[in-house]
Amino acid sequence: MQHDHHDHDHAHAVLPPDPALRVRALETILTQKGLVDPAALDEIIDTYAHRVGPQEGARVVARAWADPAFRAALLDDAGPVLDDMGLTGRQGEHVTVVENTPERHNVIVCTLCSCYPWPLLGIPPAWYKSDEYRARVVREPRRVLAEFGLELPAEQAVRVWDSTAEMRYLVLPMRPAGTEGWNEADLARLVTRDSMVGTGRPRAADEVSAP
Amino acid sequence: MTRVHDMGGRFGDGPVKVDPETAPVFKHDWHARALAVTLAAGALGQWSLDASRHSRERLSPRDYMRFSYFEKWIAALADMLVENGVVSRDELAAGEARAAAPHDLRARRLEAAAVDPALRRGGPAARPGPAPRFAPGDRVRLRRARHAEIPGGHTRLPGYAGGQAATVLRCHGAHVFPDSNAHGLGEAPQPLYTVVLRAADLWLAPEHPDDEVTLDAFEPYLEALS
Repeated sequence: MQHDHHDHDHAHAVLPPDPALRVRALETILTQKGLVDPAALDEIIDTYAHRVGPQEGARVVARAWADPAFRAALLDDAGPVLDDMGLTGRQGEHVTVVENTPERHNVIVCTLCSCYPWPLLGIPPAWYKSDEYRARVVREPRRVLAEFGLELPAEQAVRVWDSTAEMRYLVLPMRPAGTEGWNEADLARLVTRDSMVGTGRPRAADEVSAP
Repeated sequence: MTRVHDMGGRFGDGPVKVDPETAPVFKHDWHARALAVTLAAGALGQWSLDASRHSRERLSPRDYMRFSYFEKWIAALADMLVENGVVSRDELAAGEARAAAPHDLRARRLEAAAVDPALRRGGPAARPGPAPRFAPGDRVRLRRARHAEIPGGHTRLPGYAGGQAATVLRCHGAHVFPDSNAHGLGEAPQPLYTVVLRAADLWLAPEHPDDEVTLDAFEPYLEALS
């Protein structure tokens, strides 16, 4: 059992101070001990640098905009719906999708660490993990959102979702006006990462080339 | 008291430094390496995700505040490797291995071909467990924010919410209870709820009377409020 005596016994202090050298030292030791496969590290990095990112969440949002039955199922219980799309996995084992309306705007945070729906949005951006965002967005969401350029009207209440367990959250933003009849691929081009965290809105129809 | 990571609602932080969506996923190569080596080491199965979170929380307040995000990961990983006997303090200091790991541990090494299936599988936290005592719409009070099982121990109840009244929004079934699992005391599954709190109850100067905060609360965090 781990007690707080570890608080005064931090092994990391013997590592070199430069963070790049610290990582190198751990990687070297673990590789030499036969516990880490360098090719596996490259595979993990390639996954999150190039393959898994906000384009996955954008596909989900676009389909929800285009298909009312899909949208209803997604909001009711996202798990099976995302499973079918192959979009569950590490740091996205349990997902709830919350819908923005003219009456309510949703925004996601993890005040205790950095919980974020990896299979849908990838690795969180630096601001999401920052002290400024974590400390402030629960208490003054409107001021924080204004720093992202998002001004909310007084008619719209804000609900801040603090991700304090293994449930991950995705915001379903409101569909931009003037997109009637657009197909899913064109709708997906309107969906920004920040609109799915709740710190932004989707692009307007005239911000992308017309389908 | 809780720990330095529990910063929700804190005063004094400046504006959020918003980076554009086009910014690279990993600002530095070592950020990517830090993430990858942490995931690969976790795959050895010597600690849980909850223990891993707690190791970051156990960084001294001075280290927690001066370390950047991935520096916290690396420091916590080094601490866990030594605490769990995977790597020795001598090896850390030397920057190289003194001996190969035992065979049964090496057998758990995450191979490149296993990365994709492992990431897709993840580590679901839902478990069979006790039936929930509360239902959506029930009024509850969050217990005082303090360490549940162990002084200085891990908990997922943020300090700003302790002692506050809330309404149950959703019940998610039983999930692994981090306050127990982080300390090797077993998964001890507990019903998990999303509860909603009024900003006007939480903050002296709420921005808007209708604003709300939700959080995910395990049943031991809650008591009935009639």
